[in-house]
Amino acid sequence: DIWSLYRNIPTPVARNEKASSELGYVGIDAILEQMRRKAMKQGFEFNIMVVGQSGLGKSTLMNTLFKSKVSRRSVKTTEEERIPKTIEIKSISHDIEEKGVRMKLTVIDTPGFGDQINNENCWQPIMKFINAQYEQYLQEEINIDRKKKIPDSRVHCCIYFIPPTGHCLRPIDIEFMRHLSKVVNIVPVIAKADTLTLEERDFFKQKVREDLRANEIDIYPQKEFDEDAEDRMINEKIREMIPFAVVGSDQEYQVNGKRLLGRKTRWGTVEVENTTHCEFAYLRDLLIRTHMQNIKDITSSIHYEMYRVRRLNENNMHPNGQPTIHANGVPEHEVLSNEM
Amino acid sequence: LVACFVGEGARGVPLSGHVGFDSMPDQLVNKSVNHGFCFNILCVGETGLGKSTLMDTLFNTKFEGEPTQHNQPGVQLKSNTYELQESNVRLKLTVVNTVGFGDQINKEDSYKSIVEFIDTQFEAYLQEELKIKRTLHSYHDTRIHACLYFIAPTGHSLKSLDLVTMKKLDSKVNIIPIIAKSDAISKSELTKFKIKITSELVSNGVQIYQFPTDDETVAEINSTMNGHLPFAVVGSTEEVKIGNKMVRARQYPWGTVQVENENHCDFVKLREMLIRVNMEDLREQTHTRHYELYRRCKLEEMGFKDTDPDSKPFSLQETYEAKRNEFMGELQKKEEEMRQMFVQRVKEKEAELKEAEKELHEKFDRLKKLHQDEKKKLEDKKKSLDDELNGFKQKKTAAELLQAQTQQAGSSATLKKDKERKK
Repeated sequence: DIWSLYRNIPTPVARNEKASSELGYVGIDAILEQMRRKAMKQGFEFNIMVVGQSGLGKSTLMNTLFKSKVSRRSVKTTEEERIPKTIEIKSISHDIEEKGVRMKLTVIDTPGFGDQINNENCWQPIMKFINAQYEQYLQEEINIDRKKKIPDSRVHCCIYFIPPTGHCLRPIDIEFMRHLSKVVNIVPVIAKADTLTLEERDFFKQKVREDLRANEIDIYPQKEFDEDAEDRMINEKIREMIPFAVVGSDQEYQVNGKRLLGRKTRWGTVEVENTTHCEFAYLRDLLIRTHMQNIKDITSSIHYEMYRVRRLNENNMHPNGQPTIHANGVPEHEVLSNEM
Repeated sequence: LVACFVGEGARGVPLSGHVGFDSMPDQLVNKSVNHGFCFNILCVGETGLGKSTLMDTLFNTKFEGEPTQHNQPGVQLKSNTYELQESNVRLKLTVVNTVGFGDQINKEDSYKSIVEFIDTQFEAYLQEELKIKRTLHSYHDTRIHACLYFIAPTGHSLKSLDLVTMKKLDSKVNIIPIIAKSDAISKSELTKFKIKITSELVSNGVQIYQFPTDDETVAEINSTMNGHLPFAVVGSTEEVKIGNKMVRARQYPWGTVQVENENHCDFVKLREMLIRVNMEDLREQTHTRHYELYRRCKLEEMGFKDTDPDSKPFSLQETYEAKRNEFMGELQKKEEEMRQMFVQRVKEKEAELKEAEKELHEKFDRLKKLHQDEKKKLEDKKKSLDDELNGFKQKKTAAELLQAQTQQAGSSATLKKDKERKK
């Protein structure tokens, strides 16, 4: 009983012209404006996690990206700086607004990662946190009486900071990204890239890409989620640049008569937003200006759905004697031993 | 340049430069454009009120073929999906028509098939949402976003069928009441009619869709339009030349009713509200209000509750256990049915074959007997022929002997004669 009639109405009349006298214009395209209005009214949420050992400039990079003191470090005032003995997960949210568009930005910091002598399983608490956010969303979603808009605390993007050694990925890097790329969008960056020359940088990037390939680590944007040829073309260009070599700064300096964000050294000023100096601008464009919605979509329709499937199946299969892997990624016997 | 916004639970911070997330609405819109949109309209009204024509006029296209008949046994819902495009927006439009509404002598159950249809679409969505492996983002949403209720232009008041039906539908779908074929009513009668309808709806507690007034961009126009409900419409796909333009109109000897003339009817208001201003809100209300209500009721019906946080996992587990058991049960039932059917078929075939075998045996036996009879006949014949032959032989032998004897006797007689002569 369902059949299609394809009809092309060729009048591309702009909506604002009161063209009701124009025969043929229905006004279906007005829905775009309606959607925009609704989005402006509701605002957006974005949750970004930073992972990397201390001293790699994570806080500074966040502040540079969002042109504001959004990192945890900038917020707390009296606590003394100390490297925690275990990995901590600290979230801080800000409401920011630009040209009428409101966004609730949450920056999730992971102090203590990679800073211990023994960093075995350092990925676990982070994995647990990420899955806990999925769990929270799922619990609200399955409520009978549920909220109109489910608050989204799911980690949309995880920036992984690679120290600029110039050689290749370290075991901790591989270990972390291998586990976490299965549950969250990972964007690896080369931190403090102003210590590498351009040649060293290119060599390093190539090595990193090789290591990622060799370990079958799927970083964002993942090849399998390219929607069409156009998408693939754009994303291939991005994949060829990953990892982005970044420099962060919240200090402005006078360069050639302009005030620019940069790092001043005795031999010159590194301009953060100058693409010949570093790739910060590309990272910013990817995360914020072009792919933010896509990052969120991959999180909700792929990562979250996968968690949900695992979680729902987990209730059904318990083969005798075999350890079950909890949906939070940690094997059952390990969870028990940790809690003892 | 940039404002500082403080919301609940988060700090507001000022931005020292352009970050670029103001592109988010564009990113969202682009994604939707690539995906396409869905809009589903249900037209409820008696046969002959111009429902199909109005759809054609609204969407400027010729949708269906033949007009519907009046002799339907009950109210049926006919749904058709079309793909429309305007500039870069692709719309999957589904128009559902109530066929035979108001035609029966006893209309007590008329609303039932409509309610059932709406619920079926909700159920389909709920099923998809409850699936373990689901694809919500590519799901073709068939839930009804807007219900245009066609009121007959009697000029007096609502019919009891209208009140009953709208009351049953108002918690399930966004109802937009319209006065159909309103060129049958004069302007003064129309005003009185609208007032009467509105007061009857209010006094009967019917909740019709209110155009939203919370967004300041459209609050004014929406609130004005709310005051014009129900919209008095006229539909037409025929074009008439007025002045130097071709307009859609209905031509009478005493004048021409122009569809898009706001002095003549509310068609433009309807199009503005339904399509150009509130299409997205209609979709959202359907999802966040009507569907949520259905889901809540359905799950409660199935016996689930939102208990305290500690036992929440059970409600999920139970839902899925129950669903799974139901599904397995059905699967088993189907399997059993199929097995039974198979066994039955085998039995039948076996019987057939046995019958055929029996027939063959019988045939064979008959042939055998026939053969034997023939053989015996032949043998008998042969025997009698043999006997005849023997008899004949004997006679021949006897005859030959006799002849020989006769010859001998004759020759001896001749000898004797010769001897006698010689003496």
